[in-house]
Amino acid sequence: MLDIKNIFKTFNAGTVNEKTALNDVSLCLKDGDFATVIGGNGAGKSTLLNAVAGVWMVDSGSISIGDTDVTSLPEHKRARYIGRVFQDPMMGTAATMQIEENLALAARRGKARTLRTGITKKEREEYYELLKILDLGLEERLTSKVGLLSGGQRQALTLLMATLQKPRLLLLDEHTAALDPKTAAKVLDTTERIVQKDHLTTLMITHNMRDAIVHGNRLIMMHEGKIALDISGEAKKKLTVEDLLAKFGQATGSDEADDKLLLG
Amino acid sequence: MISFIGTLPGAISQGLIWGIMAIGVYITYQILDIADLTVDGSFCTGGAVFVVLFGSGANVWLALFAALLAGMATGIATGLLHTVCGIPAILAGILTQLGLWSINLAIMGMKANVAINVTNPENLDKLLVSLRFVQDVAKGTRPFTRHPIFVVGLFTIATIAVLYWFFGTELGASLRATGANQNMARAQGIHTERNKVLGLMLSNGLVAFSGALLSQYQSFADASMGKGAIVIGLAAVIIGQVLFSKLFHNFALRLLAVSIGSMIYYVVIQAVVSLSGIDTNYLKLISAVIVAIFLAIPYWKARSFSKPVKKGGKVHA
Repeated sequence: MLDIKNIFKTFNAGTVNEKTALNDVSLCLKDGDFATVIGGNGAGKSTLLNAVAGVWMVDSGSISIGDTDVTSLPEHKRARYIGRVFQDPMMGTAATMQIEENLALAARRGKARTLRTGITKKEREEYYELLKILDLGLEERLTSKVGLLSGGQRQALTLLMATLQKPRLLLLDEHTAALDPKTAAKVLDTTERIVQKDHLTTLMITHNMRDAIVHGNRLIMMHEGKIALDISGEAKKKLTVEDLLAKFGQATGSDEADDKLLLG
Repeated sequence: MISFIGTLPGAISQGLIWGIMAIGVYITYQILDIADLTVDGSFCTGGAVFVVLFGSGANVWLALFAALLAGMATGIATGLLHTVCGIPAILAGILTQLGLWSINLAIMGMKANVAINVTNPENLDKLLVSLRFVQDVAKGTRPFTRHPIFVVGLFTIATIAVLYWFFGTELGASLRATGANQNMARAQGIHTERNKVLGLMLSNGLVAFSGALLSQYQSFADASMGKGAIVIGLAAVIIGQVLFSKLFHNFALRLLAVSIGSMIYYVVIQAVVSLSGIDTNYLKLISAVIVAIFLAIPYWKARSFSKPVKKGGKVHA
């Protein structure tokens, strides 16, 4: 489903701030794979997701989603295939617009925006039912401005928006990191349910090793712009935090992982 | 005082005309979140195109439509400078505005102002709005339906109706999303760059249309007629917001508030001029100060409310 081949990305090339964020990364996700991505700060996790989403173009290499080579497609065109939830709850929704308007915008992801009405009566009824899944009472607040919602509510809504039109690929960029533990658990639980129900191919960044182990069928650890570990199948199921730390030490030849990875 | 009341219909007419421009400013400033300085130039472009075309015998509606299109072109110019050339929006607007100074003069045949011959009654009758109609209606020689307040009022309602419809469509909603949150918009597959150009085009089209109405009303176009237009537009938007934000939530009513804001602005300015006898050359300074104060109020409010604890306040343990 997702096929990343030898991508490179260097920021601020030729200056003292030069940083090779992605260094020959290749990754292939099968249809329905749910991969979690972990790694310390600056390991290249978010850069990898942004490369796939098309926030900027990669320096070299290629990215395909399904049969479509998206390497040179701009962000808004790739959006046709990709659903995204960001780390910052403010980033995924339009605060000054109503809940139903946000959903209606998401329902038209990847389609031409015409002069037809922006939201139909039939859609409103659908959204009412869909919002019930979140179990946050948002279905009774369809015309409320999204800016009035809490961070957790906004992330849950963004998740629903990202999957309203089944995406070929779902990108979750530490989408629970800015939430309190209880809300984070609830949003993660909703994520799991939606991904299972729609059998979505998913790439989820997390700071939490336990979450990375519990969720998904595949675990990817990044270090210094490279994929340091890629564990799947039975090995992934049996994995513990201690195993992971030990493996990370072997793979990168350092023991600095403990603090950086466990904290946060 | 009597003289002030006598000038009210004229002030309200002017306020309504500038109100259409202010609605254009609302599109960029409030919806797209861009401070677009093109308007100081495009307002005059509309006036110049109208006066020259009408003066050469063109139909008044055709001349108005041409002014609208010319304004749209100036918006596209700023939009492309901003999106394709990566120039910050405010600077892109300034560049277009500067360039328009020459273009506007060229449209008017390298003259600083061009007049419509309204001493010819046949010509005057062809106009939709004119300062003279205000007096004619007062004298009873023309029906009220020819009063500028009535005619421009209809234009304003039509403008609001069209914008209300447009911003409710899929495309219009994507434009609002572009202004509200670009990251979100792009993630939802919205072409944010194209939308910005579209919004600037729409806005400047309205601004030029308003300029065409004003030049028709005062029966001349002047190269400096748009000077400070952005400030008047902002004043109208802000006055409308301050007075009606609690009352008006519907989008159409918010646009109406802008138009009312513009009328209030003109009535206040007229009052200052009539009642205090101040030199009219100070008007721009007064406008600038008023707008600066209104822009500062929300910022001061936010600062004074965000202070967590008052000094010397009681400590609740």
